[in-house]
Amino acid sequence: MRKDQNLGEYLRAQGVSRRGFLKFCSATASLMALPPSAVAQVAEALASARRPSVIWLSFQECTGCTESLTRSHAPTVESLIFDAISLDYHHTLQAAAGEGAENARMAAMEENDGEYLLVVDGSIPTGNPGFSTIAGISNLDMLKETARGAAAVIAVGTCAAFGGIPQAFPNPTGAVSVSDIITDKPIINVSGCPPIPVVITGVLAHFLTFGTIPDLDPLGRPTAFFGQTIHDRCYRRPFYERGEFAHTFDDEGARKGWCLYELGCKGPTSYNACATLKWNEGTSFPIGSGHGCLGCSEPGFWDHGSFYKPISAGLWGPRETLLGAAAAGAALGIGSAMAARARKNKALKEAEADSS
Amino acid sequence: MTLLDFARGPALQWSLIILVAGIVWRVLGAILLSTRKDLSTPRRKSGLKDGMGTIASRSLPASAFEKRIRFQHITGYAWHLALFVTVLFFGPHILFFESILGFGWPNLPNGVVLFAGAIALAILIALLIRRATNPVQKLISNADDYISVIIVMLPLLTGIIAFAHIGARYETLLAIHLLSIEAMFIWFPFGKLMHTAMTFPSRFQAGTSFGRRGIKA
Ligand code: SF4
Repeated sequence: MRKDQNLGEYLRAQGVSRRGFLKFCSATASLMALPPSAVAQVAEALASARRPSVIWLSFQECTGCTESLTRSHAPTVESLIFDAISLDYHHTLQAAAGEGAENARMAAMEENDGEYLLVVDGSIPTGNPGFSTIAGISNLDMLKETARGAAAVIAVGTCAAFGGIPQAFPNPTGAVSVSDIITDKPIINVSGCPPIPVVITGVLAHFLTFGTIPDLDPLGRPTAFFGQTIHDRCYRRPFYERGEFAHTFDDEGARKGWCLYELGCKGPTSYNACATLKWNEGTSFPIGSGHGCLGCSEPGFWDHGSFYKPISAGLWGPRETLLGAAAAGAALGIGSAMAARARKNKALKEAEADSS
Repeated sequence: MTLLDFARGPALQWSLIILVAGIVWRVLGAILLSTRKDLSTPRRKSGLKDGMGTIASRSLPASAFEKRIRFQHITGYAWHLALFVTVLFFGPHILFFESILGFGWPNLPNGVVLFAGAIALAILIALLIRRATNPVQKLISNADDYISVIIVMLPLLTGIIAFAHIGARYETLLAIHLLSIEAMFIWFPFGKLMHTAMTFPSRFQAGTSFGRRGIKA
């Protein structure tokens, strides 16, 4: 896409019809919980949007978030929107390396000071600056430096949003989330391991349309996508209501598509849009394939006990503690019974002495 | 650590430790106390039959009072039955017990359990109001009675709220539900909830000692 082209011109050049574009706009509008009357506004604003400069920083991550966004089966309007932004810096996708790459970041920051979007995936190690560096710059320094002139920060993926897997116990690198470091910029958390691609583009589209960030939930996630739990929208919910659960992955219940609560599904406590938007161009999502939700869009999802432990089950230590408790109770019981007997005997003796 | 992690982890562990230690303490303390030798000559040999007989006879209304205590009797039975269905046959509850005991059992449909839970809650509220307004009951009730009723009522209330997803996020509601149960676990050994462990053994003991004295009770 040429710098002077706007988004509408670019999409037309890519063969996207007006119809296809409007379809995307109305889908985006409804995803963002906007009234149908807003579709025209979204379309107009998106079509005339100039490509915003985006700097994408990858810290302690696995590149899964970038994969999620770029590896769609066929180019969709969402992915074209992603193409349409001016991705001025992205370790994985850019051709430049070393000093050239860093210069590109500096140039983009200078040129678009106060206006560029900063996208971050991966958590930031605070244990030792040497744990993760890029061109000799620690992740912590690079984040602070790049966030300074950003209009907003999008933390893509659970690692950037909440610390994610690097932060899992015992958190060897002292990993923290973007919002633990940056406190003076609007931050949008697009969590998920990885997040749903259309959620990332939806947030970008919102920014392009309105120049603002969408409504966020208490954890800084767009409510349009994270406002409901997987359980709220799960197609297996009627089985949950009837108390029909699969007990193993290959029993009668599993074959009949019953609820996966017993097999550890974290749908009831996980806020994400998988159950409605689904994955791989709307093909399916984990519960659709017979596996419970892992709750990957939630803080600390790696440390909530086994993925296969039901939510209502205890997450406590060894059962032996209860044997210890029983032993302590027994000692207390014997002790108090003996003390009571001693008191009784003493009273009896006194009574005898009194009567004699 | 989230509130839910706390409720499922350390709070559960410590409340269970207090529950188990407390019950063993009180039961063992009571058993060891009652071993004083009875030197009188028994009227007749008493044993299992007398003990079980008293457990049965005390579980039915005494005919002399039947009319006057019918309300307590029916509500008492209905309440306990509804509570057992709610506690023992809701799928997620069985999974909770399984995580503690190591085994589970089949569950009932949620609709049945929800109905039972609502009945149990309604009866408990009715009994609480009666206790607070009936002059005789008011007179014989102490703080333990009120605490014990309320601390059992809270898990029922929070459970129904969590099931219906009312008022807050599900993880918060579930955590509050678990914490209310853990509060009950902690209170259990120290108050009248101990009747759960004491009722039948004490009726049995009364039966055998009455039998020894030749009383049919
Ligand atoms: S499979 Fe999971 S999300 Fe779906 S109804 Fe069951 S518990 Fe809820």
